[in-house]
Amino acid sequence: MLTLNIGQWFEVFIKWLKDNFEGFFDIVKNVLESGIVGTEDLLLLLPSIVLIIAITLIAWKSAGRGVAAFTFVGLLLIDSMELWDDTMKTLALVLISALVALIFGIPLGILAAKSKLVDKILRPILDFMQTMPAFVYLIPAVLFFGLGKVPGSVATIIFSMPPVVRLTNLAIRQVPTEVVEAAKSFGSTSNQLLFKVQLPLALPTILAGINQTIMLALSMVVISAMIGAGGLGNQVLKGIQQYRIGLGFESGVSVVILAMVLDRITQAFGNSK
Amino acid sequence: MTKIEVKNVFKIFGSNPKKVFPLLEKNLSKEEILEKTGNTVGVNDASFKVKKGEFFVVMGLSGSGKSTLIRCINRLIKPTKGQILIDGEDVVTASKEKLREIRRKKISMVFQNFGLFPHRTVAKNVEYGLEVQGIDENERRRKAYEALKLVGLKGYEESMPDQLSGGMQQRVGLARALANDPDILLMDEAFSALDPLIRKEMQDELLELQSKMHKTIVFITHDLDEALKLGDRIAVMKDGEIVQIGTPEEILTNPANDYVREFVQDVDRSKVITAESIMQKPIELASPKNGPRVVIRKMKKAGINSILVTDAEKKLKGIVTIDDAVELAKKDNENIEEIIKEIPTVSPDTPIVDIMPMSAEADYPIAVINEDNRLLGIIVRVSLISGIVGEGN
Ligand SMILES: Nc1ncnc2c1ncn2[C@@H]1O[C@H](COP(=O)(O)OP(=O)(O)OP(=O)(O)O)[C@@H](O)[C@H]1O
Ligand SMILES: [Mg+2]
Repeated sequence: MLTLNIGQWFEVFIKWLKDNFEGFFDIVKNVLESGIVGTEDLLLLLPSIVLIIAITLIAWKSAGRGVAAFTFVGLLLIDSMELWDDTMKTLALVLISALVALIFGIPLGILAAKSKLVDKILRPILDFMQTMPAFVYLIPAVLFFGLGKVPGSVATIIFSMPPVVRLTNLAIRQVPTEVVEAAKSFGSTSNQLLFKVQLPLALPTILAGINQTIMLALSMVVISAMIGAGGLGNQVLKGIQQYRIGLGFESGVSVVILAMVLDRITQAFGNSK
Repeated sequence: MTKIEVKNVFKIFGSNPKKVFPLLEKNLSKEEILEKTGNTVGVNDASFKVKKGEFFVVMGLSGSGKSTLIRCINRLIKPTKGQILIDGEDVVTASKEKLREIRRKKISMVFQNFGLFPHRTVAKNVEYGLEVQGIDENERRRKAYEALKLVGLKGYEESMPDQLSGGMQQRVGLARALANDPDILLMDEAFSALDPLIRKEMQDELLELQSKMHKTIVFITHDLDEALKLGDRIAVMKDGEIVQIGTPEEILTNPANDYVREFVQDVDRSKVITAESIMQKPIELASPKNGPRVVIRKMKKAGINSILVTDAEKKLKGIVTIDDAVELAKKDNENIEEIIKEIPTVSPDTPIVDIMPMSAEADYPIAVINEDNRLLGIIVRVSLISGIVGEGN
């Protein structure tokens, strides 16, 4: 039997990357770190009650009274469990990671919709990204970025990007042929076609993709805490490791509340279009 | 003047069109080629010319390649081979920029399912063609409103497309196509998605618009009645090939093959065949300067008992019967103008249905005249009947 040591080759490859692109990784690290920490600081700058009211108002505007009520009560509950700071740290990590995933994911989805070749290349990569157990991303992330928030964020970005790529791609392809033909027949440039016709019509589906990406990013909270990303995930881990069932439960509930609030608000944006 | 010239255009769908050409030369059928190569023949060696201001209809069954052909004209589909000249410029090889220019200025298209932008208001839909050209907002708004008024949609400018009925939506499609005042309108089954009554209404309105605007129109349909009603000329397609091109009457009276014959079989010929195609040359004519005796001799020689009178420019004066002429000769009156009677006249494009009741009432033949009152021919009852029965073809 032929034995292939793929794992070893992968290690070599990662090492090579690390040695040759150190400058690049440093830049990535700095950008992400300052993004996350900056957002954290911003969120924690305000007294919790002000932020709670602000988020409740956003929920009210976008998703109506029911969601607003739930948001208000839920966030108050988190605050009263003294998990507010951790929740904001998690929120900062999730928002920045999801934002980066969207910044790369949406254009990739557009490219895949416009080019069969890109679509063909991207498809297996996305499958790989989505089915690979999320833990596996932790290893190279730690290798490149050490421990802390940044590797957690990187793993989250990779893991949460596929849905927005896929749904952007799908959304643009779903725009009726005749409508695209009409736009072309009047002499649109490909940018005009994209921005005046395809993207506006694809928007609801793209927003569904954004929602899924944010949800997946949230699902990485506990996993990324294992490499020191902190936040609610860290409290959950503490609960497990130190056998503090109460703490584990409280932080778990906080994650769920945060997830539901983010989900309802982003979904509402999708439906209102 | 030729506006569009399609020269030996082929469109093969599939990964290996090169393989298909030798098979086409061997006259293999579309199905055989699909089976052998996996490629679909969309358009097979189409050639035709459309004159400026002409209403050119392309007709054929589903899958015969009509949509593919019309999309080659503005290159929504790029032909595999061949040339398409618009005002002498080849669209097939045009650069991206040139193509965009042609689409913006010269050709507009109307789609079967309207192809409206559902996220834009009616006016914003109509503006689209101007917007992509970077035309100033007020200007394009003004033009959009104008175009909407033209198609009878005044007052609906700020509605959303899905608030309108199908017929109205297609009016928006038409207004959008007219807004940038193109020379050429491409209409792919533009009325096929509409109810019969609305459809007829739209056909009538399109004809009326066309009589004012004189666009060059390429109109696709699978409906023979529509083709006959609208087309100055009709091209019939089958399996990607154009099997016949001709005026509605030529298609009806002289179908090129069984396919076309089958198509035209159940048309009410009386609605389509016109005065022009059944009129005859008068055997003999009289001049108003002729005296009665000359006129009588002409009639006797030709074996007829009435004769049409035309002046030196062939303008119709009327008819003189042999009885009146004899009467006049007896009185020694030389002026036959006194006995000229009026006769019913029709224009060359009057359909037989409209001629029949006139013919039933008239004692004399019917004169076919052009707009200058010049005599083109006459219709006698016999030719009217044979025109309907379709004899002699
Ligand atoms: N993008 C495509 N890829 C492969 N085959 C195609 C494509 N578009 C059209 N065809 C094939 O080309 C042929 C002509 O199609 P086309 O749509 O031009 O027909 P049509 O006359 O417009 O029919 P219909 O009346 O149904 O609209 C058909 O056999 C069709 O299956
Ligand atoms: Mg078609």
